[in-house]
Amino acid sequence: MGKHTVLYDTHVAAGARMVDFGGWDMPVNYGSQIEEHHAVRRDAGMFDVSHMTVVDLEGAKTREFLGMLLANDVSKLRAPGKALYSCMLNEKGGIIDDLIVYFLRDDWFRMVVNAATHDKDMAWIGEQAQAFDVQISERDLAMIAVQGPKAREKAVQALPVDARAPALALKPFMALKFGGFFIARTGYTGEDGFEIMLSPGQAAALWQALIAQGVVACGLGARDTLRLEAAMNLYGQDMDENVTPLESGLDWTIAWEPAGRAFIGRYALEAQRDAGIKRKFVGLVLEDKGVMRSHQKVMVDGGGAGEITSGTFSPTLERSIALARVSVSTGDSVQVDIRGKPSKARVVKPPFVRNGKVLVR
Amino acid sequence: MSKVPTDLKYTKSHEWIKSASDGSVTIGITDHAQEALGDIVFVEVPQPGRKLAAGEACAVVESVKAASDIYSPVAGEVLEGNAGLSDTPEKINADPYGNWIMRVKPVNPADVKALLDAKAYEQVLKDEA
Repeated sequence: MGKHTVLYDTHVAAGARMVDFGGWDMPVNYGSQIEEHHAVRRDAGMFDVSHMTVVDLEGAKTREFLGMLLANDVSKLRAPGKALYSCMLNEKGGIIDDLIVYFLRDDWFRMVVNAATHDKDMAWIGEQAQAFDVQISERDLAMIAVQGPKAREKAVQALPVDARAPALALKPFMALKFGGFFIARTGYTGEDGFEIMLSPGQAAALWQALIAQGVVACGLGARDTLRLEAAMNLYGQDMDENVTPLESGLDWTIAWEPAGRAFIGRYALEAQRDAGIKRKFVGLVLEDKGVMRSHQKVMVDGGGAGEITSGTFSPTLERSIALARVSVSTGDSVQVDIRGKPSKARVVKPPFVRNGKVLVR
Repeated sequence: MSKVPTDLKYTKSHEWIKSASDGSVTIGITDHAQEALGDIVFVEVPQPGRKLAAGEACAVVESVKAASDIYSPVAGEVLEGNAGLSDTPEKINADPYGNWIMRVKPVNPADVKALLDAKAYEQVLKDEA
């Protein structure tokens, strides 16, 4: 038996098929994962993401500490509630985890990190923070992500009346606190929406209130097809400690300026960049029937090679899509070894889908 | 609780078999199998005329989650693959017993009789749980 979020009984009562995810028993679907996926692209769906880790960092030197800890630059965060997405690197430039960090006050930042990497993340952050006299506190909060074109308008109907206007006024990648709710306009689906953090005791009531507003309960199966269509990386699959952001399609998350900011992993990244990156991260669309899956080999004309990092069936495109790490010489098309048979795939620039719109051929 | 119609035969690998009066059999996957697979997105059916050994992998049902081989329950010859599954494979999830995958002419009718009946298949499901 794995760990349970506070919504476990709610999922089971709703007929969810439960699976192990990083030591947690989580709902993979409540029926058809493809229908759940469509609900998010077309309307509003929600996910229990309470297994993720919420950690608050407090102290006068917090901003300075995060300037060293994270590859993206928190000095970009000036307005209270503003957030950014970053990788946290080791000295070799390898990715320890990816996360979202929120600026709340000069002496208070909040980070949300992955569930599966909880132990190593907390150990690493704690170790690095010692020199800065920053207090690290893990928060016991539940989290519900409501996503889709109608997500925000439906979600606010489930929140206290006075929270509605401020929540609707939130710009993308901004968050606010209202009573016991922490509402962020962030997500992992490529649609608009909120991620709502709240005390575990309130979570079941909020979930039911969202159901009453017509928000569809969605499981990890839909979460994976949505995030892959949006080309959002999954830690542990698309990247790990053995690869850098430059080989993972995450160049845009590195803040090289100011040149004097010596974040952990900077020098290794500079060396890799200066020597020339050998592998690039691409999107693939399978021409034929079949489904591309993690670890399948990619063959390139002229002898290049690569590997699928994440693959699935895209309900929006109605064919298989994947993210892959391939030789930098790779051109417009590749062959993927699917169960012993070479299958042709087109190379595309991700993302595949955002805000309900298909972006690739 | 997955459905196990009593008028069909079964295999341990979760195929169902229906006998026709002309001795041919129709084959599909059970309710348990479609539930375990999740949303089915592709089905590969065998070509008519192909000769099959008992237990030979001859079709593929692919869901978002995984690709699953379908094994011929008996030795025989493929009469027909269900081409209708090409456009709407998800019909198998909605009605696994009403959507067949292939029709086979068994070499030996006795092989069909030897397959699991509903009760024996229910036991297989209990043992697997």
